[in-house]
Amino acid sequence: MSGPLPLGMPWPSDSKLALREQSDSFHAYVHIPFCKARCGYCDFNTYISSELGSTKREEFHKPLIQEILLSQKVLADSDFAPKKLATVFFGGGTPSLFTADQVSEILSTLESAFGLLPNCEVTLEANPESASEELMSGLKKAGINRLSFGVQSFDPEILRVLDREHDPKTVAGIVALAKQIGFKVSVDLIYGGPGETLDSFRATLMEALELGTQHISAYSLIIEPGTKLARQIAKGIYQEVDEDLNAQKFELASELIGQAGLEWYEVANWGEPSLHNLAYWQSKDWWGYGPGAHSHIAGNRFWNVKQPDAYAKALSTHSQVAGMEVLTRNQQLEESLMLELRTIFGVERKVFKELGISPALVAEQLALGAIELIPGDRIRATESGRLFVDRIVLDFLTK
Amino acid sequence: MGKHRERIKESKSITEVLLSPRALKALVPSETSPEQIRNFCIIAHIDHGKSTLADRMLQLTGIVNDRQMRAQYLDRMDIERERGITIKSQAVRLPWEFENITYAMNMIDTPGHVDFTYEVSRSLAACEGAVLLVDAAQGIEAQTLANLYLAMENDMEIIPVLNKIDLPAAQPEKYAEELANLIGGDPADCLRVSGKTGEGVAELLDRIVQKVPAPVGDPNAPARAMIFDSVYDSYRGVVTYIRMIDGRLHPREQIQMMSTKAVHELLEIGVISPEPVASKGLSVGEVGYLITGVKDVRQSKVGDTVTTKLKPAVTALKGYAEPKPMVYSGLYPIDGSDYPNLREALDKLRLSDASLVYEPETSAALGFGFRCGFLGLLHLEIITERLEREFNLSLIATAPSVVYQVTREDGSAFVVTNPSEFPEGKIREVKEPMVKATILSPKDYVGTIMELCQQKRGVMVDRQYLGEDRVQLRYNLPLAEIVFYFFDQLKSKTQGYGSLDYEDDGFAVGELVKVDLLLQGEKVDAFSSIVHRDKAYAHGTKIVGKLKELIPRQQFEVPIQAAVGSRIIARESVRAMRKDVLAKCYGGDVSRKRKLLEKQKEGKKRMKMVGRVEVPQDAFIQALSSDEGQKAEKKK
Repeated sequence: MSGPLPLGMPWPSDSKLALREQSDSFHAYVHIPFCKARCGYCDFNTYISSELGSTKREEFHKPLIQEILLSQKVLADSDFAPKKLATVFFGGGTPSLFTADQVSEILSTLESAFGLLPNCEVTLEANPESASEELMSGLKKAGINRLSFGVQSFDPEILRVLDREHDPKTVAGIVALAKQIGFKVSVDLIYGGPGETLDSFRATLMEALELGTQHISAYSLIIEPGTKLARQIAKGIYQEVDEDLNAQKFELASELIGQAGLEWYEVANWGEPSLHNLAYWQSKDWWGYGPGAHSHIAGNRFWNVKQPDAYAKALSTHSQVAGMEVLTRNQQLEESLMLELRTIFGVERKVFKELGISPALVAEQLALGAIELIPGDRIRATESGRLFVDRIVLDFLTK
Repeated sequence: MGKHRERIKESKSITEVLLSPRALKALVPSETSPEQIRNFCIIAHIDHGKSTLADRMLQLTGIVNDRQMRAQYLDRMDIERERGITIKSQAVRLPWEFENITYAMNMIDTPGHVDFTYEVSRSLAACEGAVLLVDAAQGIEAQTLANLYLAMENDMEIIPVLNKIDLPAAQPEKYAEELANLIGGDPADCLRVSGKTGEGVAELLDRIVQKVPAPVGDPNAPARAMIFDSVYDSYRGVVTYIRMIDGRLHPREQIQMMSTKAVHELLEIGVISPEPVASKGLSVGEVGYLITGVKDVRQSKVGDTVTTKLKPAVTALKGYAEPKPMVYSGLYPIDGSDYPNLREALDKLRLSDASLVYEPETSAALGFGFRCGFLGLLHLEIITERLEREFNLSLIATAPSVVYQVTREDGSAFVVTNPSEFPEGKIREVKEPMVKATILSPKDYVGTIMELCQQKRGVMVDRQYLGEDRVQLRYNLPLAEIVFYFFDQLKSKTQGYGSLDYEDDGFAVGELVKVDLLLQGEKVDAFSSIVHRDKAYAHGTKIVGKLKELIPRQQFEVPIQAAVGSRIIARESVRAMRKDVLAKCYGGDVSRKRKLLEKQKEGKKRMKMVGRVEVPQDAFIQALSSDEGQKAEKKK
């Protein structure tokens, strides 16, 4: 299954979090750990039916609801200032394998526990093959207002390499239907799959842009250790990922998506920003529900038990949390640098100062054209610097 | 009950050892007649079992009991014990009885590596006899042969001994024959011992009493003692090992070093048995130590003569020489702020190692550091290892270089210990240090050895057969060619059988040029090297190619060029990195990504910035070393 969880401190015995500075908004992530089949590249915490043991997908909204009620108590006991949810995100796995009723029950529990802001962004990830008209209508009724489709590629050959089941020809119809029902729509693309040429990716981009969605994500494929794809590459069945070619694909994506009128706002994201994902990058407070989900509450990061059976059991006996860490001020600042430099909004300049980053280094990257100063006394990566954000951050923190 | 018996058994064994039937009562230092003294050393190659034999002698003569015993008792430093080599010699006084007379046997342990020839020569000068210890499975090695020659030159009595006769692969007959050929005499006179089991060790001690002449000196003459070793002890200051030649030395008197005329008070004098034991003095022929409270071994130099201030000797003993560095390397802290710590660490090491020389040096690429002179590559390795281990420093050692004498057309002369200081302008001549090398090997490898020496610009002097299948080859070779892992190559090409010794053979004119290396068009002084003109192109191509592999991709392209003067002889480039960013970074990825960042931060500490280019720490040595060298580095 997915890679090991980090080691951490145990959950406090009185279930009270020692809160540091709280953010101005509050967010919820709900993890639905089910898939019909495991894709070759995927190392997410998800399970196909044969791996589930006694867990039943049809019943699994129940432990999630249990965790929501628990979180309500923990936050109240920890004196977390009550805030309505600004965003909710159903991710997975394949959340579209849940019924609309299950989603509805979870959402109404969240609403009664915390309340939802009037313009709350409620996203659900869906696979094109499981998004029927009936399901989508039900989801809309349940309160979902944004769908994120895992399209990945329009090249059947690449979809086969990635083990994706859907027929790319059906995507346009499904997206049109989703728009018609009233969803905001995002499509996810993956580039850099073995065998993908620049032309193949160009065609994928063109088709994706034809859909006229509000948002596009384009990720370069990461070969995660332990995945089927990693083994296939190790055996020589597929070629290694060519990062130089991926750089070209990123540049192509920037160019074409920009021309289509969707503005870049994070390393792999264009269009009307996902408020939920921005919350991650701006270190807002969120609770992650479900097996293996991570939370960040006012300087505390904690993560749940991964296996669905074990998660449900832990939840009913003591706590679903597998480990936690309390961030130091320095770690918080390093995270800000590492995450916010990825975005169009950039990082406050004072973060550099507080981290003790040498002005000469910052000047050098400015001279290289990798970063730029923007109004509001902030610094962000330039279009060419976006491809080097990890290296730039590492340089800043080590030289 | 069982425990009690255990204790009785243990104490009984101590008593047995203490009351060795072979020496009931040790002789008192300062009151021992020269006729009852025997001074000897053991000449042996690394791994031929000298330290183990010494251990057995310590036990057999009763000065170390079984409980105190530890392997390689006399090797003090961790590095010595780990590497199984002796860096510092010591002298131990052993009581022994032969035909009802008690003797004081002084065993002087000689260093066993080619880098320390001068120290060996002083140790030999303190003895009248030498045990020539040879592994019965391997035969004599070049360096042993060299020390044997030194001993024979000093008219010392040689006692041939084959060690490790317990080994299944031992061929005592064959090597006894070989030793007899070398030193004369009958193969049957060659003693056979096992340091491991103790077999034959008592007979060896008897043989030393019989064969080694007693020391001779004038007890009434002004005192003269030769310093054969000098070590720094953090509690006692410098401990100086001496051999009395004439007269006597007493505690509390004023002594004088004849080379520097420096006067010190003799705080303590005594013998090592095997821990220091103070005495009322030392007289003719005795071997022991003295302590004056000085803190720096350079005030107590190996080879110098000690006399008294009150009644000074007129003539110093022969053979004193200043230690002469053969190999230079720049040592730089990875973290520039460690520079003062490096200085302090070198100052401390110099207290115990008179042959270490250094002076501050600045490198455009590496910042502030020190140019250090060493006796050889092993010495360099030992010093850098001690600096890193004992002083917790992280260092870059630049590729080793020898000393060049450079004369320009205008007649100005330069001594170049660092290739980056090679003078600009028209050069009339460059002289490089030469060595006389002696290589011993089974005759099957003669061809490969000759090929290797030829590659290394060697000129053969002669070839001799030592017995049926062993050959001695003598070559004149440039020192620069052998400091770069020649020995490792020799070993690998002869499957470990070849052995090497070399001695200084002055300077000779060579067709030498400086090859510079440029990163992004800027010369990187630390990568400059001086090579033979015919090898410049190959060298430049190789180093450029290696750096291309060693330097990771950066945000920009990094051109790498090699040049002789202004002429570019090789070029490559490290392509710019196109992309270094993780695609997805959502909720659960944050902790993971921060942990990855922590790990990467550690990795970056092993990088050195050269201009804007990140160069890995080990590139500085690896780029200039041979491939064989790298392998040798790794296996250590």
